[in-house]
Amino acid sequence: MPAIVVEGLQRSFDEVFAVQGVDLTVEEGEIYGFLGPNGAGKTTTVRMLTTLLLPTGGKATVAGYDVVKEARAVRGSIGVALQEAALDPLMTGRELIRLQATLQGLPGTEGKRRADALLERVDLADAADRRVGGYSGGMKRRLDLAAALVHEPRVLFLDEPTTGLDPVSRKTIWEEVQSLNDDGTTVFLTTQYLEEADQLADNVGIIDQGRIVAEGTPDSLKTEIGNPHIQLQLAEGSIAEAEEICARLGKLLPPRDGRTVLVEVENGAADIPRVVRALDDAGIAVESLELVRPTLDDVFVAKTGHHLEKDDQGEGEAEPEAVEA
Amino acid sequence: MSGFAANARVVRALGMRSIRQTFRRPQLMAPILIFPTLLLAIQTGGAGGAVNLPGFPPVQSFLQFMLAGAMMQSLMLAGNSGGIALAVDIEMGFTDRLFSAPIPRYTIVLGRLAGTAALGLFASLWFLAIGLIFGAEIHSGVAGALIAIVLVTATAMAVGGIGAAIALRTGSASVVQGLFPLVLVVLFLSSAFFPNELMIQPAKAIAEYNPLSFVVEGIRGPIIGGVDAAELGEAVLAIVGIVALGLLLSARALRHRLRTG
Repeated sequence: MPAIVVEGLQRSFDEVFAVQGVDLTVEEGEIYGFLGPNGAGKTTTVRMLTTLLLPTGGKATVAGYDVVKEARAVRGSIGVALQEAALDPLMTGRELIRLQATLQGLPGTEGKRRADALLERVDLADAADRRVGGYSGGMKRRLDLAAALVHEPRVLFLDEPTTGLDPVSRKTIWEEVQSLNDDGTTVFLTTQYLEEADQLADNVGIIDQGRIVAEGTPDSLKTEIGNPHIQLQLAEGSIAEAEEICARLGKLLPPRDGRTVLVEVENGAADIPRVVRALDDAGIAVESLELVRPTLDDVFVAKTGHHLEKDDQGEGEAEPEAVEA
Repeated sequence: MSGFAANARVVRALGMRSIRQTFRRPQLMAPILIFPTLLLAIQTGGAGGAVNLPGFPPVQSFLQFMLAGAMMQSLMLAGNSGGIALAVDIEMGFTDRLFSAPIPRYTIVLGRLAGTAALGLFASLWFLAIGLIFGAEIHSGVAGALIAIVLVTATAMAVGGIGAAIALRTGSASVVQGLFPLVLVVLFLSSAFFPNELMIQPAKAIAEYNPLSFVVEGIRGPIIGGVDAAELGEAVLAIVGIVALGLLLSARALRHRLRTG
């Protein structure tokens, strides 16, 4: 049975549609990346799926329960860590996890045991009796994640869990999410970070202006829009000849500048030696070479005509697999 | 564990959090105890001669008369502070944590009210202690003190219900905080600080029908005199009315919040 089934889900605020007919299915044990720019409808969708907001149309089930008619059963089956870590700065980490255990109906001793184990797991045992107000951003997110796990939920909703975090904290969260998923937890992850969706998600849904514009595995989505290409940096004066050679080996793409040749190849890295050999035989010196795969941003551009917002990650940049020639 | 016991555990846990929150945030605690205590000291020191006015009820001292008013002021501000704390919870998203848990949503409001009631209990003990330390007698003895404590605790919870409703409806701490002066106005238009008999119109008419006056007289009665069943009954009715209003408004505000997100 799928963990999440959404059919024609809608939400309007007065006359404005924030979510306009979202359909998606998340299988048990999967990490589903819900990718989109700010204001695309990600958080509104998550709030409906976590019973925090009533839909104005369509229907959805989570863990087999209807989010409207069986909201309480849904809430007992899910863990939720929302965009802004919903933490009370005056509580200590331990108090918060124990409160969460009580909210989830765990008996006192069991709640304490799980709180201690989770604090240990997210590496907060030493800070457990300090007030949350003094935690760093990464510590807060890890605490929020631990709180969402206290009752061992079947489905975990993470709404932009790494937004604003430094790369090290971000990686820690990713590892934790992957580890949870390895243990069998279904994860519904919203993100505006392409790399996050690419790294973690088994399947990705791309949402823009309240509608799903593409869905599939990251690889299938990227494959759908084209093959990888090789980007060659050459010495001046050899471009024309290099282009002629490359055109025989693959599909020549429009050049970026006067020293670069871009050639789309079918077999990715396997085609690199062939290209290098051909250029070498012609006596053309290659200064550098990169294999560039299509990114989810390319998919986003192909589907919507515009880029995802570029925040602090240099998103929209192609993902180079640098190979020095 | 039965559903009732489980819900009671949730209310207790949220009530404890609410109390800790108040004690850890001095700006919430200050208005509940310090402000009413200062006002009590100033009024008792500066207007103590009022007891000699013709028509003033027979009391041992002005402090004895004022204790009920100070307790009322404290519990009203406790209710207001509870509303502010709930609004802060909404603003920072903490209520999302509560709303996404498998608990009846009324327990969220009851947890907050339990915390406010505990503050009311604390306030009643505080002011009774101050009264006793500075020579005021509790005319009806331990029983009278217990009645006052119970009424103050229950009223704190009732007023907290109104604060919670406003917090849930507006979701804004500054709006709830903005009601602070209104709390004082409503209180001054009751018999909390001055006997109704000595007021002039239209304040006298307003105070006569102000539900808070009934509560104040219910608290004050056992302190300055004997326990009057009719007076006590009116106080209980007034509290029940405020509780009903608070719960009704809270339930509506909660529904509205869930509809609109």
